[in-house]
Amino acid sequence: MILDDIKSATIAGQKAQVENGVKRALEEGLSPGDILDNGLIAAMLVVGEKFRNNEIFVPEMLIAARAMQAGVRIIEPLILAGERKYVAKAVIGTVKGDLHDIGKNLVIMMLRGAGWEVVDLGVDVAPEKFVAAVQEHRPQIVGVSALLTTTMPAMKATVEAFVRAGLRENVKIIVGGAPVSREFATEIGADAYAGDAGSAVEIAGGLVA
Amino acid sequence: MLIVGELINTSRKSIREAVENRDAAYIRDIAGKQVQAGAGYIDVNCGTLLDSEAEVMGWLVETVQEAVQAPLCIDSPDPKTLDTGLSLARFGQPVINSISGEKERYEAVLPLALKYKAKVIALCMDDGGMPVTAGDRMRVVRKLVPDLVCAGVPMGDIYLDPLIIPVGTSDQAGSEVLETIRRIKAEFPEVHIICGLSNVSYGLPNRKLLNQAFMIQTMTAGMDAYILDPLDHTMMGFYYASQALLGKDEFCMNYLSAYRNGL
Repeated sequence: MILDDIKSATIAGQKAQVENGVKRALEEGLSPGDILDNGLIAAMLVVGEKFRNNEIFVPEMLIAARAMQAGVRIIEPLILAGERKYVAKAVIGTVKGDLHDIGKNLVIMMLRGAGWEVVDLGVDVAPEKFVAAVQEHRPQIVGVSALLTTTMPAMKATVEAFVRAGLRENVKIIVGGAPVSREFATEIGADAYAGDAGSAVEIAGGLVA
Repeated sequence: MLIVGELINTSRKSIREAVENRDAAYIRDIAGKQVQAGAGYIDVNCGTLLDSEAEVMGWLVETVQEAVQAPLCIDSPDPKTLDTGLSLARFGQPVINSISGEKERYEAVLPLALKYKAKVIALCMDDGGMPVTAGDRMRVVRKLVPDLVCAGVPMGDIYLDPLIIPVGTSDQAGSEVLETIRRIKAEFPEVHIICGLSNVSYGLPNRKLLNQAFMIQTMTAGMDAYILDPLDHTMMGFYYASQALLGKDEFCMNYLSAYRNGL
């Protein structure tokens, strides 16, 4: 079945095959939403699962995401023309003083792959900028990344900025990054800690369920 | 050649617990083992302790020096914490970890390097962000090294850290660093080059293999200092073997002593 072909090609990171599969599926009359949900998103859920279980590794996740994006590009105009809803919305960035973007980008890719709308604030994001983005975009989830022991204090400052702005109750804050731990997340008053991109999607889903 | 032992870092669980319990014996033990295993410098990092970093730095520095007479590598982004650690470091010439071309950090850390006549680990980055190519890194190096030298830091006290990006997310990351090392050696032969050895393997299985191969490759290209776990026997074995094979171990004496010390 064509959706299975799309799914397995996406998991394997075969960009050209995904593109061909998506085009063929559209020609056969499948709906863009069906292709997205049961082909591309279904594939990325498997990818996230395999990644979490150490069956596949970062480069394989990257190449699968690239294949998925190639498929999404074809159906995106059709989807946007329709009324499709996102799962939920997240605003994500790396804290002030920290320029690491790999982990953050993996999380964004996986969330988008799972049907989320994601606003990427980039790196070196000041607490006020996180707050302003939440005021503007009204997400359910804020993802905060820090990869250095030295920028972890900026995570605390970010959580505090939400408290000061009176917005803490409006969002769930998930923190992650190599030096971050569950205990640290609790200590600074975040809602959750995600250890990798796959579990970030699962945890974010749990928080908005 | 310089080995900085990386184990005293509060992002490691056992160290964090030892600090919380003020378990000086544990810290002394880890410091002693690292020196015995070949570390010339002991890194001290307590950056995870948000509010008490400077105070803990003081305690760690004192505690480590009860066990070993090795010079220390004071590791913090916070100038106050650096100052505390440096002011208490008693043996040899301390290292500051780190300075960079970022304006704020450069201006805050430089006075400490001069005050304590410390060696500096200088990150190859500036306010333009993380470097990707060898060219990005060299643009920073060509400003940072002359700036430091003009300010009074001797060329031989500068340890450039090219900043290691995982090869799993950017497959040219390793080769860009090797190219950076070759260019630094060509343009600034007296400057030292240092890096940590775990970033390169992020996201891939069998990380130790990549870390070990990367040490050998970077050393061959001209890197002459590493921040690593000196208690990792295989890594230290490759370290001594590479030194000998590169002609940097007269009469293979270090290799032989390492062998006799049980490596």
